[in-house]
Amino acid sequence: MTSPRHKEAEQEERRHWMGVLARASVDALEEAWQGLETQPDHVWVRRPESGMTMVRGRANGNGVPFNLGEMTVTRCALRLEDGVMGVAYVQGRDHRHAELAALFDALLQRPAMRAALQRTVIAPLERRRREAGEAARRRTAATRVEFFTMATGRGAA
Amino acid sequence: MYVAVKGGEAAISNAHGLMADERRGDRALPEIGVDQIAEQLGHAVDRVMTEGSLYDRELAALAIKQAQGDTVEAVFLLRAYRTTLPRLGASEPIDTAAMNVERRISATYKDLPGGQVLGPTYDYTHRLLDFDLLDTEREVPEPYESGEEQQPMARVADILGHEGLLEEAQHGEAGAPVADITREPMRFPAGRDARLQALARGDEGFLLALGYSTQRGYGGTHPFAGEVRMGTVAVEMVPEELGFAIEIGEIAVTECDMVNQFGGDAERPPQFTRGYGLSFGRAERKAMAMALVDRALRSQELGEEAVFPAQDQEFVLYHADNVEASGFVQHLKLPHYVDFQSELELVRRLRREHAQAREEAMHKEAAE
Repeated sequence: MTSPRHKEAEQEERRHWMGVLARASVDALEEAWQGLETQPDHVWVRRPESGMTMVRGRANGNGVPFNLGEMTVTRCALRLEDGVMGVAYVQGRDHRHAELAALFDALLQRPAMRAALQRTVIAPLERRRREAGEAARRRTAATRVEFFTMATGRGAA
Repeated sequence: MYVAVKGGEAAISNAHGLMADERRGDRALPEIGVDQIAEQLGHAVDRVMTEGSLYDRELAALAIKQAQGDTVEAVFLLRAYRTTLPRLGASEPIDTAAMNVERRISATYKDLPGGQVLGPTYDYTHRLLDFDLLDTEREVPEPYESGEEQQPMARVADILGHEGLLEEAQHGEAGAPVADITREPMRFPAGRDARLQALARGDEGFLLALGYSTQRGYGGTHPFAGEVRMGTVAVEMVPEELGFAIEIGEIAVTECDMVNQFGGDAERPPQFTRGYGLSFGRAERKAMAMALVDRALRSQELGEEAVFPAQDQEFVLYHADNVEASGFVQHLKLPHYVDFQSELELVRRLRREHAQAREEAMHKEAAE
């Protein structure tokens, strides 16, 4: 029996991998897909469709929400032969990106495959993303202004 | 009023052909790629995404290419494309405190936790033309990398607002509907949500001039840039199939929290008031101008007399949209032949009457 707590943990895990898949490059996903032993068939529940999501901000960062403007997003839903449904919502207009993200979402829901896919697909994608941002963060840190207090010539009291 | 006219198909088609030729320019030069525009004309792309109200770098770059760099025309193209896409939902509000910061400065506090981070900026450049850029073969050195990585930083107002000296952000009711001026016409007085949306989509030049006017005394609010930050934030939404929030991607934004002189009333002691600006991409000038105008538009709720243009909601919000403004100004080019004919007749009649009146007056004078 699944306890509510267990369900919550499962949802959190899925939330995490769906985010990683959405933010991965389509090339990296394609590579991971081709790296699987077999590429299972699927039927579409909802074919890839490009549309928009209204991005919201908050006044002064944490106040009343408002509509900033839209961003392009592509979604799809599919079902594997065993009935598991995979869903994807990914930024941009790349149908293949949504398809691959939904396929991995479905595969990751299969308990038998989850641990292996987390290790061989999700963790490397996440690592790749982190590493890609590292140089940028170091470059940003290099532009931090250092203030110096003028020396008075007297030692500390 | 203008009336529909027929004919001219061949001339119109030839004119479009001529425009396409002019856009391509000298065939001896390589054609510019949309990827080059997205990479090397990033600020133009950011402006078109912000005012075009659609975050998609490739589409904005395409619009800029098609419009030959005319940003207002590119904004129009992007807005038109926008109407062909279905809306799949709304995001959770982005969390700018968790921003992957690429720039963060404050003009109000020198020693901030996290410090002042300049990022890629034109500030402190001498605005001298850089003739080295004429050489497209030269090497651009890799930027310097610090030994440590930049970490996310709390917002300045959240760190320093606690003494009550700084107005708290207005929260509104949880779960209350968020105004959407792309779906329902604006109503006055407009709520802060509708105003911020209109300003975010608004023309940078218009808002810059209005913001400037508040600094020059037309609605003076004595502003300080409490914080300007720029960087990338995750976007989350709750898909209808799932019922829980997932990350769908990442966008770059610029945020400005403008601290202004005092509000307060019988109940509340004087405190700094705030204006807010937010835009897609790197758009510091826009975010700052927006924050100035947002604060000016709050005059009524803060008990100030609204007497200057920047404080007038209808004036600002009805004229900030450059697609609407451009359309109405440019429709003057359409045939107004019938209108003008009737005006011609009118002015002729007025002149006849004027001449007649003068003649009669002269006769009268001569007779006396």
